[in-house]
Amino acid sequence: MPLLWLRFALACYFVGLTYAFFALSRTSDLFSRIALHAASLGMVFHFVSLVELFLSDHMVWASVHNGESLLAFFSMTFFMIVYSIYQTTSPGVVVFPIVFFLTFVAAVDEQPVLLTSFVQHKGWLVAHIILIFTGYAALVLSFGASLLYLIQERRLKAKKPSSLISFLPALEVIDQIGYRSLLLGFPFMTLGLITGSIVAMSTYGHIDFTDPKILLSILMWIVYMVMVFTRWNSGWRGRRAAVLATFAFVAAIVAWAANYFSTIHRFAA
Amino acid sequence: MRYQLIGVNHKSCPVEVRERLAIPESKLPDCCRDLSAHPGIEEAMILSTCNRVEMITHTMNGSADLRGFLHDHFHLTAAELDSHLYEFREKEAVRHVFRVASSLDSMVVGEAQILGQVKEAYATARAIGSVRGQLDQLFNRAFAVAKRVRTETAVGSSSVSIASVAVELAKKIFGSLQGKNVFIVGAGKMSELAARHLIAHGCESIFVSNRTYDRAVGLAHRFNGQAIKFDDLYDNCDKADIVITSTGSPQAIFRREHGEQFLSRRKNKPMFFIDIAVPRDVSPEMAKLDGIFAYDIDDLQQAVSSHVADRRKEAELAEAIIASEVEKFESRFEARLHTLDVVPTIVSLQDHLETIRRAEIERVRSRMGPLTPEQEMAVEALTRGIINKVMHTPITTLKTAAREAEATTVIDVVRRLFNLHDKEKGPASQAGRESSGKKKEGETRD
Repeated sequence: MPLLWLRFALACYFVGLTYAFFALSRTSDLFSRIALHAASLGMVFHFVSLVELFLSDHMVWASVHNGESLLAFFSMTFFMIVYSIYQTTSPGVVVFPIVFFLTFVAAVDEQPVLLTSFVQHKGWLVAHIILIFTGYAALVLSFGASLLYLIQERRLKAKKPSSLISFLPALEVIDQIGYRSLLLGFPFMTLGLITGSIVAMSTYGHIDFTDPKILLSILMWIVYMVMVFTRWNSGWRGRRAAVLATFAFVAAIVAWAANYFSTIHRFAA
Repeated sequence: MRYQLIGVNHKSCPVEVRERLAIPESKLPDCCRDLSAHPGIEEAMILSTCNRVEMITHTMNGSADLRGFLHDHFHLTAAELDSHLYEFREKEAVRHVFRVASSLDSMVVGEAQILGQVKEAYATARAIGSVRGQLDQLFNRAFAVAKRVRTETAVGSSSVSIASVAVELAKKIFGSLQGKNVFIVGAGKMSELAARHLIAHGCESIFVSNRTYDRAVGLAHRFNGQAIKFDDLYDNCDKADIVITSTGSPQAIFRREHGEQFLSRRKNKPMFFIDIAVPRDVSPEMAKLDGIFAYDIDDLQQAVSSHVADRRKEAELAEAIIASEVEKFESRFEARLHTLDVVPTIVSLQDHLETIRRAEIERVRSRMGPLTPEQEMAVEALTRGIINKVMHTPITTLKTAAREAEATTVIDVVRRLFNLHDKEKGPASQAGRESSGKKKEGETRD
């Protein structure tokens, strides 16, 4: 059943995906409203799917698919929070495709992919997963905002005010969305890594810093910290901030992919 | 549709005459009352703005002497006034009202203010009772049309003056202008105008700098702002989010190194330069910096002209919408009028047949004695069924005919066939008489 709900959610997110492509070429209030409603409905299905999963006896927290589903849901939650504050659907241009992709992968099949490593403290593991995914979701949004910032900045610099992409909010608003998600995500990411270390310590008795997963996670965290710091210290935005955000985003993806090479943080079929 | 409209606007009439016709808000209700009391007028409304004065009326016979009213009321002779007047009747009056409400007749096509002014004028006239059924319908439709034009076309969506383009751009950069600071460099008329627009949209502190310090002080005083010595310009400029610059300097006064300084002091918060000086005050090199947005006079002018062209294109779309709305309004009006005519005939036809049906049932009952409830129901159903089937064609024909010119003939035939003329005594037939009276009146005026 959770999979069925997830597929319903996927269908709704598809509307969002279409909107994302559509919005790049023209503005339509009607379509953005439709996309918003579809996305909200998708979130309801998605939530039901997650709750069913949580209540089922065979709940597998640490499966890849559940992880992706959770990350998609958190990203949508962030998107909705931003919408409620700024009344803009434009971050959807970046968020919707990512959410659709994650949900799509998660909704393909139900094969539980388990952490092969033996984990002793389930509570810490759950905390680790929720915290780290919230951090990831914030990063997704911040990355989206920095791309939109670049587009809007280019547009203003090109001095063509009546060009096609007029749906974007003001530059400072995009900047605030990006910065606030960055700030919000950082503590989650940090706590997520700390809880992860606790799980690793309790399971293996030590942390293997040469493990690719751990190495890349730390690298990602450092990039994240540099981003927060440069922004706070010298107000980096625009091109430089976008480069950093992209770097952090790529680091996050690589860190995620490292699951397949890690000996201690490995998902297996 | 006995609508009649007379008026002057910015195109038809010079301001010297227009100002003599303008009616202050306080006097509007009285003037409206006078107009509606004028011979031949049923309903009246007056729209008086700085660009137009219009009397919109619904008359008794379609040709009230509105010019006479203007001459008397404003003490103007025909020679002074008549050449500036335009007058529209019936369908053309409807079209004009739709165009005015949709801001297609405005000086700046698409400006939003006019709809509010029309709504106010309507509210005033309605409050004193000089707008009732006919003008009520017209204006409610006009408001709906204006809304349609606004949502379906982009006629009012772009700015068409340099100052408003500047505000629009500032909003694209900063979102809300609340609490933003403005620096005016070089006290010129155009910078003053742009600054006024920015303040109207929420900008707060104003700094002014000019080579002649006294002029800076004078301008700063007008804006309740702060004058800055020209030598201290670079030390203070970063305090402003928006800089309006228009000095007569032969070289650019803002160069790349200045931009870098400002940005580092502002922690890279963006700055918007409105450069209306020729030669330009902001060097192209500085304009390339991330976080510096500089628009020179040509950029602004280009935005304005592209917006004007857009509006012209959109206005064509809007005209098409209005044309179809006028047709719709007219046909609805006609349909309403004619349906009113056939309704009494249908009612008396139904009454007539119902009387026959009841009489026949009574006759059968007296012959057959009391019926069981089942039999009663069967007889009811049978007779109603027959009556409905018989009435179906005449009623449909009447309703169809209502929309056509032959309505009166069909009504007459049906009345004769069913002998309805003799039965015109009840309230329904009373309404029928009134309505056919209306129709005759309509025929004389159409």
